[in-house]
Amino acid sequence: MRRILSVLLENESGALSRVVGLFSQRGYNIESLNVAPTDDHSLSRLTVTTTGDDLKIEQITKHLNKIVDVVKVVDLTEGAHVERDTLLVKVRAVDAQRDEVKRTVEIFRGQIIDVGPMTYIVQLTGPSEKLDSFLQALGETEVLEVVRSGVAGMARGEKVLSP
Amino acid sequence: MEMLSGGEMIVRALEDEGVEYIFGYPGGAALHIYDALFKAEKVPHILVRHEQAATHAADGYARATGKPGVALVTSGPGATNAITGIATAYMDSIPLVVISGQVQSHLIGEDAFQETDMIGISRPIVKHSFLVQKPEDIPSTIKKAFFIASTGRPGPVVVDIPKDLTAPEHKFPYEYPETVSLRSYQPSDKGHSGQIRKAARMLLGAKRPIIYAGGGVIQGEGCAQLTALARRLNYPVTNTLMGLGAYPGSDRQFVGMLGMHGFYEANMAMHHSDVILAVGARFDDRVTNTVSKFCPGAKIIHIDIDPASIAKIVPVDIPIVGPVATILAELDKQVTLQMESAERALPDADSLEKWWQQIDSWREAHGLWHGRHYGESASIMPQDAIRALYEATHGEAYVTSDVGQHQMFAAQYYKFDYPRRWINSGGLGTMGFGLPAAMGIKIALPDADVACVTGEGSIQMNIQELSTCSQYGCPVKIINLRNDYLGMVKQWQDMQYEGRYSESHYAASLPDFVKLAEAYGHVGMEVKNQSDLLPAMKEAFALKDKLVFMDIHIDPDEHVYPMMVAPNGAMKDMWLSKTERT
Repeated sequence: MRRILSVLLENESGALSRVVGLFSQRGYNIESLNVAPTDDHSLSRLTVTTTGDDLKIEQITKHLNKIVDVVKVVDLTEGAHVERDTLLVKVRAVDAQRDEVKRTVEIFRGQIIDVGPMTYIVQLTGPSEKLDSFLQALGETEVLEVVRSGVAGMARGEKVLSP
Repeated sequence: MEMLSGGEMIVRALEDEGVEYIFGYPGGAALHIYDALFKAEKVPHILVRHEQAATHAADGYARATGKPGVALVTSGPGATNAITGIATAYMDSIPLVVISGQVQSHLIGEDAFQETDMIGISRPIVKHSFLVQKPEDIPSTIKKAFFIASTGRPGPVVVDIPKDLTAPEHKFPYEYPETVSLRSYQPSDKGHSGQIRKAARMLLGAKRPIIYAGGGVIQGEGCAQLTALARRLNYPVTNTLMGLGAYPGSDRQFVGMLGMHGFYEANMAMHHSDVILAVGARFDDRVTNTVSKFCPGAKIIHIDIDPASIAKIVPVDIPIVGPVATILAELDKQVTLQMESAERALPDADSLEKWWQQIDSWREAHGLWHGRHYGESASIMPQDAIRALYEATHGEAYVTSDVGQHQMFAAQYYKFDYPRRWINSGGLGTMGFGLPAAMGIKIALPDADVACVTGEGSIQMNIQELSTCSQYGCPVKIINLRNDYLGMVKQWQDMQYEGRYSESHYAASLPDFVKLAEAYGHVGMEVKNQSDLLPAMKEAFALKDKLVFMDIHIDPDEHVYPMMVAPNGAMKDMWLSKTERT
């Protein structure tokens, strides 16, 4: 089962490698990883998506909590939450494909953020599933390059992840 | 405020932390620190002959005294040599602070001479590590290192310090912080009282209980509390390899070590139990055998300081996270309260009586001290060598070991009545651990008898430390159980590879250990006859101020039994000798 873990981490050198190292060392899978400093510059917020049954996720959470640089860990998938992933995709856009791609982008409420004589760069934000569907919907269009930010997430409502 | 250089701050911080000994080895990147150490003349430094021995000696010191051990090494090869010792301490949760010199800050990442990424290389085997960024951070970093190493589930902490930060010409105000607080590290200080009440109820309702105590009871200073609880309940106690001494080894309620080479009665009692109280133990694969067949009828209460150890291998009915000493004391109180307020006598006397009869019948049948007879031959049996060691030291010695058959014989046949006396690398299984660890203990406790039980394979992995022992006068006794083979490898090759001794025989290559010991200024003894064993052992321990290397020739064909049947065996499935199994 897919899980989204959100981690508050001391913004120290080497802290990220401890988290990533834990996953490889103990054979846990990382599907996506997103990390950046928060409004408090002493802290980074890290979102990792992984898969596993309850037992495995419990172990991952416990081990994450053991890392001295980790301040807090929460499994967002345990409650109501929002998640966003951002996709940039460069496609071959020539002839009829130019309009076709534009239409698909509109349906998915994405934006074309770079227009070249032969290419577009499309930006799309949303849950990972939506991004996957968009890539499928591109159909015959030739995809030249894909980059995704990885999932970032937050619990809905009053719940706050703070130190 | 006093102005000190980075190097001086390190030395002063160690003094202020109350460090008694530093085990180390100098080199380029650590030379400013060594110069500060020379000038300070406060904390004695023990110059080992290889950095691995520095970490093992600091580790042995820590295991015997309960205080964090300190090692100081240089960058590059100094740091990488220390790695095996750090991993050893990590696997057994031993508090160590390892300070490593690093190349100058501006050279980091440039493949400078003797540069290695110590933080990266040690990351999976440390509790935490610091790369110091500026000299002003040195006092607080050292404070944090000791705090993290010695609290919660203890473990090694590496402090990597670039050489330019320790330069003598730059001085900074020095103040050693009195306290430390880390928002991201707050070890729990007590167990959940509701869980403890439930655990007391489950324990008192048991018909076939067993207490399974590990190294965490020793590390967490909970041995007195464990003993009090076990005696109040009159329940059998088994200790893990790491937990030997947590409960007195010669007590009637002690059913011996459990696990792969555990006592028959201990493994049988575990398998047939209905309630297991696991304390400071981690259901290691050397204990559980096949996990799906582990103790099928048992409910499990698990007390541990580390939440990640709970339910890692087997599901647990009542988990209790926190320090073992306070939880055991609280559990004892709850047990007493519930015994007093119960309408009928608890625990049920008839069931317990029957359980003890069952355990005693197992003991009589195949117990190490009653039913089991090991091989007889003209040669000395390794078990007899350990019994002689026990007799010569009146069961009071600090016994270190290396890894292999000799380790298991020592664990089985030396009855440890006190915690911190049995010092071995249980988790990592590091050959070469025994001698440097013994050295660290003897330096800390000069009046104690310290023995290193070893084999000719293990002892040669750090034999250079005989030289350190000469320099500092460490009269440890080396009990070399010599059979000309890597004994445990040979045993497996006998059992699983039809006796094909692939690279496990030394042929005629072994040194004359007596002469070797003498070359270092020590005493060597060769023992070949059973009748000489005990007198020689007594003679060796009578030489109080001499290191004695006892080269004891043992029967090369003896195997360690019991041995759990693998793969697919349960705890009750054991080989009892070369021909019998349960």
